[in-house]
Amino acid sequence: MSMRSALGRARGLGSAKEGVGHWWAQRLTGLALAPLALWLVASVIRLSRTDYDGLHLWMSRPGNTALLILLVVVGFHHAQLGLQVVIEDYAGKESVKFAGLIIVKFLALLLGTFSVVSIVKFAFGG
Amino acid sequence: MVEFALPANSRVESGKTHKAPAGAKRVKAFQIYRYDPDSGANPRVDTYEIDLDKCGPMVLDALLKIKNEIDSTLTFRRSCREGICGSCSMNIDGTNTLSCLKPIEDIKGDVKIYPLPHMPVVKDLVTDLSMPYAQYESIKPWMQADTPPPPNAERLQSPEERAELDGLWECILCFCCQTSCPSYWWNGDRYLGPSILLQARRWLADSRDEAAGERLDALDDPFKLYRCHTIMNCTNTCPKGLNPGRAISEIKRDMMLRR
Repeated sequence: MSMRSALGRARGLGSAKEGVGHWWAQRLTGLALAPLALWLVASVIRLSRTDYDGLHLWMSRPGNTALLILLVVVGFHHAQLGLQVVIEDYAGKESVKFAGLIIVKFLALLLGTFSVVSIVKFAFGG
Repeated sequence: MVEFALPANSRVESGKTHKAPAGAKRVKAFQIYRYDPDSGANPRVDTYEIDLDKCGPMVLDALLKIKNEIDSTLTFRRSCREGICGSCSMNIDGTNTLSCLKPIEDIKGDVKIYPLPHMPVVKDLVTDLSMPYAQYESIKPWMQADTPPPPNAERLQSPEERAELDGLWECILCFCCQTSCPSYWWNGDRYLGPSILLQARRWLADSRDEAAGERLDALDDPFKLYRCHTIMNCTNTCPKGLNPGRAISEIKRDMMLRR
């Protein structure tokens, strides 16, 4: 049981003096993902009957490679920003919260890097 | 922290039923949350049948009738009975509102009345609002200006500057919005909540105030401000028709404008 005053609890440790950066990054990445996702869906539909060589040719075009890499980087960045908010909302224990945040950021970095390397390898190597 | 079920000692049980007097023609049942922490018993829902022909039109009239004529142990806050003091805020028919402004005839079926959600209950419909009041104090809800006021005169503002406060000054701190917000339920110890942020915006929008920078510094925090996920329960439930969601988005806009 805490005897701390309500005002003491309300003030807590004070303002973190950051929050707007995260909020803005989430909006910007969301905005960027809308056209990128539409482009991906349209491309997948167009390529649905293409064979391996056709897909390789499509991905080796610099514009397509760049957009795919952009989609993956922006997508994973947006995902980890969003998951951070979910964890902060719902994780009760500080230890669980910190562990969750670290895992999400590491996983996003790992999977994002893996995806970019895969795209580059397929596009330029095959 | 998120909670998906009530603790065992908070589970609501069924309570007593107080029947309407014989001969009553227009009977309406009021199911009211009852809890007395001193009794050690779980909360219960008591049912009171009221003859609407002998009752005023608002839910508060029915509550007063119950307290005066049927069960004097029923506990609730009330004062002005005209939607200006904010005392009689409670959850009626699933929505937070002021019982003095809620017409009984607007409610289909039984009238279900609970205390404001997710707040500690002092007794029956009275919740402990110490935390929101402390959060209100934490945003320094008073004018801060280094420029001395004109001698023997008020600080002036133009009609346009005064109009900036419309939709903000009318808040009566009933906390209907505050306690309707899931973000406030889960993180009420750190998130300031819609009513406090609407008040913060009220001072940010005041042309006579000179502390906007310090006020924004204090709000620039992932929890104090940015726990708002624009769920908009606050705006839907406000009994005064205010829009805390917009006030919060205006604070976020101010945060961007100063970058």
